[in-house]
Amino acid sequence: MVAALLGGMLIGLAASVLLLVDGRIMGISGIVGGLLRPSEGDVAWRLSFLLGMGITGAIGSFLYPGAVGPEPSTPLVVVIAGLLVGFGTQLGNGCTSGHGVCGLSRQSPRSLVSVMTFMAAGMIAVTLISRLRGQG
Amino acid sequence: MKLVPSFVSGALFGAGLLLSGMTRPDKVIAFLDIFGDWDPSLAAVMGGAIGVHLFAYLLVKRMPHPVMTERWSLPSRRDIDPRLVVGAVLFGVGWGLAGYCPGPALTSTAAGAGPALLFTGSMLAGMGLHRAWTRLRPA
Repeated sequence: MVAALLGGMLIGLAASVLLLVDGRIMGISGIVGGLLRPSEGDVAWRLSFLLGMGITGAIGSFLYPGAVGPEPSTPLVVVIAGLLVGFGTQLGNGCTSGHGVCGLSRQSPRSLVSVMTFMAAGMIAVTLISRLRGQG
Repeated sequence: MKLVPSFVSGALFGAGLLLSGMTRPDKVIAFLDIFGDWDPSLAAVMGGAIGVHLFAYLLVKRMPHPVMTERWSLPSRRDIDPRLVVGAVLFGVGWGLAGYCPGPALTSTAAGAGPALLFTGSMLAGMGLHRAWTRLRPA
C-alpha cells in the first residue's frame, strides 16, 4: 500500500514535469499513437519520453526483479487484450495515464466518463473471466 | 536540452510504475476483481498520482506559458461522444483480460518480460488498425 502510494506520487511528479516544463499531457497511448501519425517537430520528445521510461524499466527491474510480475492469462488472450487496448485507447483518446492521472487532475468531464467506463469494463471482464475459470 | 524534460518525465514515470505494482498483471487483475479476491491497494496509485498532479494544475493557472515552450498543448474538448465511451469499453476489457495498460506494458517490455512484449506488439497493431480505420472512414 505504501509502495503503491509512493509509486503513484512519482507518476504524478512525472506528469507534472512534462506539463509544467513542456506544456504537454503525459498520456502514454497518446504519446505512442502520435508516433504512428508523425508530424514535423512532434516526434523527438515522444521518443525521448519512451527512452527514459524504457531505461528505468530495464534498470529498475534488473535491481528489483519482483517489480515485473507474472502474466496469468494465456498468450492468445494477451494478444486479444493488446489489440483491444491499442484500438480502444486510440478511439477513446486515452488510457490510465492520460484520462486517469492527467484528465482527473484537470477535472476533464471526458476523462471522468472514460475512467468510470474503463474501470467498470475492466471489472466486468475480470469477473466474467474468473467465473468462467471457476466453472471450467 | 529541449529533450531533457521529456526524458526525465519518462524516467520518473517508469520508476513510479515499477514501484507502484502497476507492472504486475496479476496484481492489476486482482485490483479489478471486486467480486472475487479483491486487492484494493492499487487504488493508492491513482490517489497518489492525482494528489501530486492536482498541484501542477493550480500552477498552470498562474503561469503564462510552460517553462521551456511557448504554449500549452492541452486538450480542449468537453463533449461526450460515442467514440469516447466505446473506446473506453474496449480498453477496459483489454486491461482486465491481460492486466496491462499501455505504460506498464511498455515498461515491462523494456524490462524483458515476454508476455509484455507480446501485448505491446498487439497493442501497436491495434493502434495501427485504428489508424487504418480512420483513414478509410474520414470523420
